[in-house]
Amino acid sequence: MQNESLALQYLLSGITKGSIYAVVAIGFNLIYSATGIINFAQGEFLMLGGMVAVTLAAYVPLPVAVTGAVALVALVGGLLELAFFRRLRRHSILHLVIITMGLSIVIQETALHIWDEKVRSLPYFTGNEVSSVRFLGAAISPQVLWVLGTVALAVLGLHFFLRYTLTGRAMRACSSNPEAAMLAGINIPNMRTLAFGLSAALGALAGCVVSPMTMTHYEMGAPLAIKGFAAAILGGLGNPMAAVAGGLLVGLLEAASVSCLPAVYNDVSAFVILLLVIFVRPQGLWGALAPDRVREH
Amino acid sequence: MLLQVRNLSCGYGSLEVVHGASLHVCHGEIVGLLGANGAGKSSLLKAIIGLLPPWAGEVFIDRRPTTGQPPWRSVSNSTVLVPEGKMIFADMTVRENLIIGGYHNPDRIRHLETVLDGFPRLRERLQQVAGTLSGGEQQMLALGRALMARPRLLLLDEPSMGLAPLMVKEVFTSIRKMKDLGLTVLLIEQNANAALRIADRAYVMETGEIVLEGPAADLAHNPEVKRAYLGKG
Repeated sequence: MQNESLALQYLLSGITKGSIYAVVAIGFNLIYSATGIINFAQGEFLMLGGMVAVTLAAYVPLPVAVTGAVALVALVGGLLELAFFRRLRRHSILHLVIITMGLSIVIQETALHIWDEKVRSLPYFTGNEVSSVRFLGAAISPQVLWVLGTVALAVLGLHFFLRYTLTGRAMRACSSNPEAAMLAGINIPNMRTLAFGLSAALGALAGCVVSPMTMTHYEMGAPLAIKGFAAAILGGLGNPMAAVAGGLLVGLLEAASVSCLPAVYNDVSAFVILLLVIFVRPQGLWGALAPDRVREH
Repeated sequence: MLLQVRNLSCGYGSLEVVHGASLHVCHGEIVGLLGANGAGKSSLLKAIIGLLPPWAGEVFIDRRPTTGQPPWRSVSNSTVLVPEGKMIFADMTVRENLIIGGYHNPDRIRHLETVLDGFPRLRERLQQVAGTLSGGEQQMLALGRALMARPRLLLLDEPSMGLAPLMVKEVFTSIRKMKDLGLTVLLIEQNANAALRIADRAYVMETGEIVLEGPAADLAHNPEVKRAYLGKG
């Protein structure tokens, strides 16, 4: 019984972390599908979301603060595309990917100047840090349910958007066949801006819901980006729903490694997964496309 | 005059492939653009629509200058290009492909029915993923998707390429039907025989220049055209 509930505890922790990696991985996917760029500043969107929400929460109720943070970070994402990538379209994809790494550093440094190096956090959405709910014999924080519920809703919402709305379909059309999409009258540069904005909004939302548990810190983005990237590669780039599975798998493997390996190896699992996938199955578990596919726009 | 092209030049990198081509298409006409592989026909069409930046010259659609505007604007000018090689959205359903074709048409859901009436094969396969269609069906889908935008001017690049003879016939029947619906068509075709049979007028292109033009019937009897493109003579 003791062992069972411990295993369940690890399982839930893995799923919770995994759902956050899943959101980061979806963010990678959305931008990759629309632009061919791997955006290594993806983790900064989570950090910015958390930071902005913490700041706003001092003045307005929590739900308004979270909504405001998501909207503001979405705007930042869209503006980054407008300011950097739209103008640099003629450069190679590799150059653009390196620019995202630079942006990641610039955003971190800017956050350091605005918010200093202190660790902050949003209040627990319901209850506080000691409250817990029993779930199948394991004790979990209610915030875990907030994380899982929010991520599930966001994923479903995105799925609905991409499948059933005209704009979502147009976005898929752009990644399926950019030239044909242009000929159908779709303004591709605007779709790319939208992809950046949407990806940033999803990241910010995840950054808000995890803030009470994992804290928000100006340097939190980069490690999340690496794990989210591992999840996206594992699932297969170009398929947002595979990213969800990839994220959960990375989270679970990480939890498993914590349960049987020394804690210092915690971050190793993501890298091991990344290397294994790249060597053994570069297109990922469910990806149809090879990651080295060159996109011509 | 629905389309007027004046001295248009374009190319790739530093290589010019179309050298000052001029042509026009009047309302309600089917105009053929003939020529051997590599004559610059596709490039000319791409420059008209904006997929290739024109190096020189002018394009007017319905008397409005449209030279060098981005390709997604052309739909607003009621002009749609159906590119060569079945440019469909392979991982989306047939219905989604058609809906995207009507991206700028607020009446797209109702118009879908009209388009499907013209392509009954597509109606049977609405929920099928487009990449699993046969080559001929994919070409039908590309045509149907173009019609979803309610264009007045249709630019067709090799609609019969790679199709079985029976399918070629069906595609050409569709094109003729489009003319009856009041559409204007500029058609690139390797199959010069078939093209001259449905076209009102035609241009012949050679190494980036337009070398001949005239009524389709005249060109079909022109000894030079016969020798070069009709495989008899």
